[in-house]
Amino acid sequence: MNGEPIYGMMAEFDSAAALLEATKRTNQAGYRKIDAYSPFPVEGLAEAVGFHHDEVPLVVLIGGIIGGLTGYLMQYWMMAVDYPLNIGGRPPHSWPAFIVITFEMTILFAGISAVFGMLALNGLPMPYHPVFNVPRFAFASKDRFFLVVFSSDKRYDPVETRKFMEGLDPVSVAEVPS
Amino acid sequence: MEEQRKELVVEAPKVPVMGPGHTFGTITEKISAIVLTRPTSKGWIFGFAISFMGLMMLLAALSYLFVKGVGIWGINIPVGWGFAIVNFVWWIGIGHAGTLISAILLLLRQSWRNSINRFAEAMTLFAVACAGVFPAVHVGRPWLAYWLFPYPNTMNVWPQFRSPLMWDVFAVSTYATISALFWAIGLVPDLATLRDRADSPWKRRIYGMFALGWRGSARHWHRYETMYLLLAGLATPLVLSVHTVVSFDFAIGIVPGWHTTIFPPYFVAGAIYSGFAMVLMLAIPIRKVYGLEDFITDRHLENSAKVMLATGWIVAYGYGIEAFMGWYSGDRFDAFTLWNRLHGPYAFLYFSLLSCNIFIPQLLWIRKFRTNSILLFLISFVILVGMWLERFIIVVVSLHRDFLTSSWGMFYPTRWDFMTFFGTVGLFLTAFFLFIRVLPMISIFEMRTLLPEAKVHAE
Repeated sequence: MNGEPIYGMMAEFDSAAALLEATKRTNQAGYRKIDAYSPFPVEGLAEAVGFHHDEVPLVVLIGGIIGGLTGYLMQYWMMAVDYPLNIGGRPPHSWPAFIVITFEMTILFAGISAVFGMLALNGLPMPYHPVFNVPRFAFASKDRFFLVVFSSDKRYDPVETRKFMEGLDPVSVAEVPS
Repeated sequence: MEEQRKELVVEAPKVPVMGPGHTFGTITEKISAIVLTRPTSKGWIFGFAISFMGLMMLLAALSYLFVKGVGIWGINIPVGWGFAIVNFVWWIGIGHAGTLISAILLLLRQSWRNSINRFAEAMTLFAVACAGVFPAVHVGRPWLAYWLFPYPNTMNVWPQFRSPLMWDVFAVSTYATISALFWAIGLVPDLATLRDRADSPWKRRIYGMFALGWRGSARHWHRYETMYLLLAGLATPLVLSVHTVVSFDFAIGIVPGWHTTIFPPYFVAGAIYSGFAMVLMLAIPIRKVYGLEDFITDRHLENSAKVMLATGWIVAYGYGIEAFMGWYSGDRFDAFTLWNRLHGPYAFLYFSLLSCNIFIPQLLWIRKFRTNSILLFLISFVILVGMWLERFIIVVVSLHRDFLTSSWGMFYPTRWDFMTFFGTVGLFLTAFFLFIRVLPMISIFEMRTLLPEAKVHAE
């Protein structure tokens, strides 16, 4: 309209149920590049925006395996290879004594992978994001629910998409400047 | 048929987990207002000042310790593990309730945890920090405490991984790291709320920085919830392992009174016992002062009291088995340990322990005591004292009567012992006062999910 690049079209809803319903209808209408925002996790919303592949468990599994191997091999190498110490006549590779630290290292690496893996997959930290340009979006962390159709969607059209979103029974519809 | 059966089910009336009439907006406003708009009260300043004096006392005691060495404490042969180890085990045990509430109760879908998990996790973090002070200064040359970690060094030696003390280093540092991550990542969505509610640009900037740009996207929430659940699943075996490993510090040794297989479960139960007592001692004044009775209800207090009652009986069972094994093992040193607890120079502490940890908490069977916050506060204090005495008896009373009569001795704590102990209480409370002033002490987003409007049933 005024020549500024547009990030997408945002509709505001006043309940989680309304947002979920609207998201499903938007998906059915053929829009694929959409996202929904809520002040708490809403069951089924991620599926409705077309999110089906959560890689966090895989990241945690890999982290845990690496942690366990690191813990055990570190102790094995230090106690049995690099500097074997005779402690109370136990064999250098006294594996039962190594289990506790192997376990702790598994948990440590898996936990760190869980947190930082989630952040990385989510693209966080990201201090600036176009959705924050809409003043009403400040309520997304309180009690309002938002749906955005990105302008990169093939079916996106400033007039048609607005008309479609107004038909979803929202509180308001606004364009998101990028 | 199905209809009829449903009618026959009589649900027990339950006290709700939240007061009536709340919406997403009121929950958000009420909790964030404590941090953002409520003026700093005189009571807060007074409490903070007292706690800060405690922290300064800790620094003074530690400075003198660094100058003179551990000789300023009451420790000597045969009692080489004095207050430092007693306090270490006590503090780390207190931390365990926070992880239990945030991780284990999450996995068990106990939704009442949502209003107490945040400050219980903070309690864990600060308690672990207090615990961490003691082994570090107890090693004698604290500036070399980093030798405990396996790093490549010019001495070309490695730590001794067959020692339970090394296991403890890994268990406690893993526990501290995971607790800090769990707490910090749990705060992110609430920090975004504070960022959006803050009235001054500086507050917005600072909260915004720690909120990491959280915007509540459905994809983000999905990964976040997966992460949170997995972290809870990891923290659950972790918390059980930590006090188990702490108990190995004793159980692997051959000292009579230590060398027993009951120690791991009995230590873990004792940890949760004292941790819930600390949760109640913090929750009762907080909900009164900040008017949070709608969120921390009588049901929360009652449930915590029930957890204490249950874990208290596991601890009592541990005492029973210790006494039984003293007799049944036929080992004269074990038998003497039992006799010495009952008749030795520290016998009055053993009887205080039994009163504090077993007899007085039985009052919690009575409903009136579980719902009266003042009585509950007092019982929690008694349990914390009792659990401290338990660790004193395990450490000192076992050590002061060694195998050889010629090496018997006594342990008398000095003023530096007491200053260090009460100093860590100051450290704990200072951190806690700062926490309730600048961060939301109740998880806002998890409270929102408790409202019926948050449950969307997808057809």
